[in-house]
Amino acid sequence: MIKVSNLSVWYQAINESVLALDRVSLDIPRGEIITLIGPSGSGKSTFLYVLAGIQKKYAGIVTIDGRPINPKTQRVGMILQNYGLLPWKNVRDNALLGVKIKNGQQDLNDYGHYILQQLDIDTLLDRYPKELSGGQRQRVAIARAFIMKPDLLLMDEPFSALDAITREEMQALFLNIWKQHSVTTVFVTHSVDEALYLGSKIVVFSSSPGRVLEIIDNPCFQMENLRLQDEYHSMSMRLRKILIKD
Amino acid sequence: MRSRKWRGAIYSLIVVILAWWALSALLARPIVPSPYDVLLNIIATFSTKMSTHVLYSLGRIMAGILLAALVGVPLGFLMGYFPRLDKLLSPLVYFTYPIPKLALLPVVMLLFGLGEVSKLIMIVLIVVFQVVITSRDAVKSIPAETFHSLQALGASKTQTFTEIILPASLPEVLTAIRLALGTAVSILFFTETFGTEYGMGYFIMDAWMRVNYLDMYGGIVVLSFMGFCIFSAIDAAETHLCAWR
Repeated sequence: MIKVSNLSVWYQAINESVLALDRVSLDIPRGEIITLIGPSGSGKSTFLYVLAGIQKKYAGIVTIDGRPINPKTQRVGMILQNYGLLPWKNVRDNALLGVKIKNGQQDLNDYGHYILQQLDIDTLLDRYPKELSGGQRQRVAIARAFIMKPDLLLMDEPFSALDAITREEMQALFLNIWKQHSVTTVFVTHSVDEALYLGSKIVVFSSSPGRVLEIIDNPCFQMENLRLQDEYHSMSMRLRKILIKD
Repeated sequence: MRSRKWRGAIYSLIVVILAWWALSALLARPIVPSPYDVLLNIIATFSTKMSTHVLYSLGRIMAGILLAALVGVPLGFLMGYFPRLDKLLSPLVYFTYPIPKLALLPVVMLLFGLGEVSKLIMIVLIVVFQVVITSRDAVKSIPAETFHSLQALGASKTQTFTEIILPASLPEVLTAIRLALGTAVSILFFTETFGTEYGMGYFIMDAWMRVNYLDMYGGIVVLSFMGFCIFSAIDAAETHLCAWR
């Protein structure tokens, strides 16, 4: 369980401090996947950086399973829009990075191979990131996160740099692998469609400074042929209205 | 790609030799001997006369580069990683970098004598600044996002260093060393004309004094070839270590 109460974050700009997040309160139950949606500059990424322990200066209380954030003890997988792969490591070493740092593991075990197989990148082990397509790179980033068996998965617009067809493929693939592991996941997106497809709960952020406008239970989550259903369209309308009003 | 690179080297070698040949034929004076005679002389005298000198020069230049890297790379990394240290040391580096290092030769010789130490110090002084500044800039130019995945994993400073800082900046550091090498070889030549009886610098100047032009040109050719070999070695290291590029 992640508990966030009254979280505020300021950024130091050149002459002033800018409020990025304004008293955000949010509970994320264990094993759930929530999507954060909001306009750019609404502090969604900042929120993730706080949970990841990258953004250390903030006001308010943030705990994961009752303990304050500490990247050294918790297992956080991060998947970023620019993939976050290290260009000097091949697919094998990039996928291993998480377990290498967490457990000192030096080579892929059966579980690692299984994940890579599921993501269909087990034949690309010796390639470097520059030799991969955007979709393949993102698969490596996902493999890296899942191989380390994270307690918490943080995803910052991971699919937004992909073309539309690859994006829908990756969303389905991700959801499929996520269902098998049920990792607590916070997924940041600016796409209404993605928020509806991937979030069991949808948190709508306002534009700068970021505040929580609404937390919506998503009836569309895990629905078959979602994009053809009436609920999808009515929810889509509802989300867009909230975003426009802001 | 590889064979094309070598083909380029061979073409340029042929052009240089032809120009040299033409010049020697045109002048027809002992001050510009023909490349053929010089080559024969190298073959005849390399193992007896030249090889010791080559080893001395090679040893000095390698030791100088190694020492400059050992001092410059860590310093540059620290300056790149800790902005406060950078603010403190950068002015010092900028202030001392443009000083013509050759002007320091008398001072270095007075302080450290005429022996090996002052030769080594001169080479280090030439190479180290480029290495410091390049290493620092290489670390600074690593995007913050690259560090984020590792920060979220709770990586230690050592892990951040081995997984990110070192591999990310290695290509630039090798380039800096390669760039500094040319200057280092010419400085080496200069320092070897003083206080030593070994080294290619000594060999060439000695041949000149003895009006032995064949030896002198032989020395110059061997010195250039030595530089070429070190360049190629650094190139090969870069291709091997930075395959990801």
